[in-house]
Amino acid sequence: MSEAPMKLDGDPVAALREALGRVGSADGEMVLDFSGVRRIEPAALVLLEELAARAGERHVRLALEEVDVNVYQVLKLLKLSPRFP
Amino acid sequence: MTEKVSSLSEERIAYLEGLVSRARAAAAAFTQYTQREVDAIVKPMVLAGMAQAQHLAEMAIQETRLGVLEDKIIKNMVATEFVYNYVRDRRTVGTIAEYPERGIAEVAEPIGVIFSVTPITNPTSTVLFKCIMAIKTRNAAIFGPHPKAWRCCREAARVMYEAAVRHGAPEGVFTCLDEPTIEDNVYLMHHKDVRLIDATGGRGAVKAAYSSGKPALGVGPGNTPVYLEKSADLDMAVVDIITSKTFDNGTICASEQTVVIDDEIYDRVLAAFDGLGAHICRAEEASLLARALVDPQTGYAQPLAVGQKAVDIARAVGLRVKPDTKLLIAPIGGVGREHPLSVEKLFPVLAVYRAKSVEEALKVCIDVNHAGGLGHTAVVFSRSEEVIRKFSEVINAGRIIVNSPGSIGALGGVYNDMVPTFSFGCGTGGGNSTTDNVNIYHYLNIKRVARRTQAHMWYRVPNQIYFNRNAVENLRQFPSRSTVIVTNPALEQMGHVDTVRRWMPPGTMLRVLAIPDAEPEAAAVVQGVEALRLNDADQIVALGGGSVIDAAKIMKLKYESPEADLEELAAPFLDIRKRVVRFPGGNGSRARLIAIPTTSGTGSEVTPFAVLTDKASGRKITLADYSLSPDVAIVDPQFVMTMPRALTADTGIDCLTHALEAGVSIYASPYTDSNAMQAIRLVFRYLPSAYEHPDDEEARSMMHNAACIAAMAFSNASVGVNHALAHAFGARFGVAHGRANALLLPHVIAYNASVPSKFMPSPNQRTYVAHKKYATTADLLGLGGESIEEKVGNLVRAVEGLLDLLAIPKSIADLGIAKEEFERAIPELTRNAFEDPSWRSNPRMPLMSELAELLWSAYNGRGLSRAARAS
Repeated sequence: MSEAPMKLDGDPVAALREALGRVGSADGEMVLDFSGVRRIEPAALVLLEELAARAGERHVRLALEEVDVNVYQVLKLLKLSPRFP
Repeated sequence: MTEKVSSLSEERIAYLEGLVSRARAAAAAFTQYTQREVDAIVKPMVLAGMAQAQHLAEMAIQETRLGVLEDKIIKNMVATEFVYNYVRDRRTVGTIAEYPERGIAEVAEPIGVIFSVTPITNPTSTVLFKCIMAIKTRNAAIFGPHPKAWRCCREAARVMYEAAVRHGAPEGVFTCLDEPTIEDNVYLMHHKDVRLIDATGGRGAVKAAYSSGKPALGVGPGNTPVYLEKSADLDMAVVDIITSKTFDNGTICASEQTVVIDDEIYDRVLAAFDGLGAHICRAEEASLLARALVDPQTGYAQPLAVGQKAVDIARAVGLRVKPDTKLLIAPIGGVGREHPLSVEKLFPVLAVYRAKSVEEALKVCIDVNHAGGLGHTAVVFSRSEEVIRKFSEVINAGRIIVNSPGSIGALGGVYNDMVPTFSFGCGTGGGNSTTDNVNIYHYLNIKRVARRTQAHMWYRVPNQIYFNRNAVENLRQFPSRSTVIVTNPALEQMGHVDTVRRWMPPGTMLRVLAIPDAEPEAAAVVQGVEALRLNDADQIVALGGGSVIDAAKIMKLKYESPEADLEELAAPFLDIRKRVVRFPGGNGSRARLIAIPTTSGTGSEVTPFAVLTDKASGRKITLADYSLSPDVAIVDPQFVMTMPRALTADTGIDCLTHALEAGVSIYASPYTDSNAMQAIRLVFRYLPSAYEHPDDEEARSMMHNAACIAAMAFSNASVGVNHALAHAFGARFGVAHGRANALLLPHVIAYNASVPSKFMPSPNQRTYVAHKKYATTADLLGLGGESIEEKVGNLVRAVEGLLDLLAIPKSIADLGIAKEEFERAIPELTRNAFEDPSWRSNPRMPLMSELAELLWSAYNGRGLSRAARAS
């Protein structure tokens, strides 16, 4: 079962911190809704890398939805995109 | 992670990984920034660097104990203000340059994380410079400073970083190593997330950068030769050299090392140096300096002397000099290990050499250049452009500084308009990847966006074409002192030459040259050129079939350009606009060429082609150039009224083939299409009558026009695979060109109308159109049909019907060629056809196997060919 997508608009860093806290208890899948993210800051990127690593350890599937193409390019540069379905 | 560096502790590795991780995220985030956002960061950074110029210079002096405070401040100002002046209005984000006339745009792509090694000699200025470069190009930089200059470098990076982040730069965009070591450098140079190494420093750092296997800008030491030539402004030269060599106590690697002075001015120059505060060493003093300042083992200057004052160096080695001495000048007798002071000396000691001649001076400069200075910097003082040119040619240096100081001149933007830099590319001579003054463009991946362009096309034909009966009368309007009529014996006997003679303007000196009516031979051309010379001809009238007109074209070429090498001019080409060989322009003695065809097929009267046979070798030389086109064409049907029927048929089908191939050529244009279509229409309308009723003057006249019009089409759109095959087959089996074309034509139409196995690259065409153009041709001829396939089939049948009517054999087999013989010839035929340039404008790129299939189809005979049946 997956929970409702977690929206990242507003303060993605805060949202990702929250996601990090919840990834341990996530049941199989965690969905992040990027529809409100048009630019991503280095701090958010570092958290996203950490989240990906932690999700991997706990066999939680991370799904990123509605990723803007510019943000997608950034995720690609950090080799994050293949870690998300 | 990267390769293990055994001496690094776990903590140190974690520290380095942290730096890279932050830089990597910053670089990724930075890709989202706009040009406006980037520029809004750069300016306050520059201002912050300038505000701290003195503070940073003081720190550098305190930490490194090298150089001159005032000069280090100047360097910091140049590294900020001058560099900003260069980068300020330059685009580094998105589209940075557009060349609409070429359809090319350049789009900037950041590199990512750059590991930047900085030197002890110019520590803070180099960091300031590289910070501006990194931000302007949206890259992140990790600085690896010299271990004896890391505090001041870290401070410079901090100043820039804080200003940058305060104005919106991503966090982590700069970092500078604390207490750096060589092991740190090795680790970072091999780190997978470091995308580029920019190493400015000593030999070791540069070599390590290039050995890392990563893209690197490694710019290292030099050994600047200076040629002070006797025509130079000596006062200016001496001041410039002192200014440069004492700037920051000689720490800039572009500073002067050995000045080679012409004998005539040597004493005067040294006196001028002496008068401005230099100490001219006696021989024993020079030896003392050499022993003390150059390591006899390595041959390199002692690091301890780098950036020290002249008086301090003198004191240290036991030399007595005046207290205000700026520079120590040591005469040397040569270059190399036996002359230790001929090496790079990053301190105010300058070697001088007395040269007896320009030749000797240049050789010594070359020697200095090769003694550690390849690719770096060289200086010449001279008023002679010839000397400056020669110096620039023989010295291998990325920067040749003329009549100005080497060190400050090489920095760019002060004494000249070079790009300001603190990193001098030394090219391959210095083991570097560039000779440029390293700048923002080296910190970018520049992507070229290349839009599809349409090649320029052309439509070139003789500007005067006279046609219809008695058009020959127009010869009267071409005044000539001396005309040579090139023709063949048969035409002379038929009275055609007399007809021409009758219409020549009175007073024209005439000479008739009758050559055999076969393909022109080299011997005939030689004979013709001789006749043109003997008669000092200003006009050639070519009266005959394609062979005669071709011969006249080549005679004219050789007459006007005796040096023309026909073999070379016949070199193959893919695109006439890009051909390697250019036809000569002539020697000014231009003769008008008037072509009067006596057959209706080749169209040589308007084409830029000529074929010559070398009887000795049996080879054919095909020439193609618009300079071969006749100046005037006279298309008068009275000269074709007696053409035999078989010749009428063969030449008529040759004309049809020209038009059909030009029509589907990849070089076809609306201009050539109009010619091609009209020629096809005329052939179908008039060829049967011209063949069956040779006295039908209208039919003869229209076929004569058709041949000329079709030739105008293929002169500009060229022909295709039909001609390539016909040339090979005709030559091998001695079949007339028109007949060879005829045997292949229906098969080639069907082939071109089917979906190609290989498309021909043709930027001027949006899609494959050959089948549609054949269908349009069928419509023009009123052949009926609903679909394209039907119309193409009808066109093939119409061509076959015409061939039947003209009693053209149905197959190659019908010519009496045995199947076995033909089979044996197939490999040679396909090879020769493929070598023939004709097919290169064909709409379909033929495969060798397809050429063989076409030949077999023609061998087996007409009836709808395979491709047409399939459609």
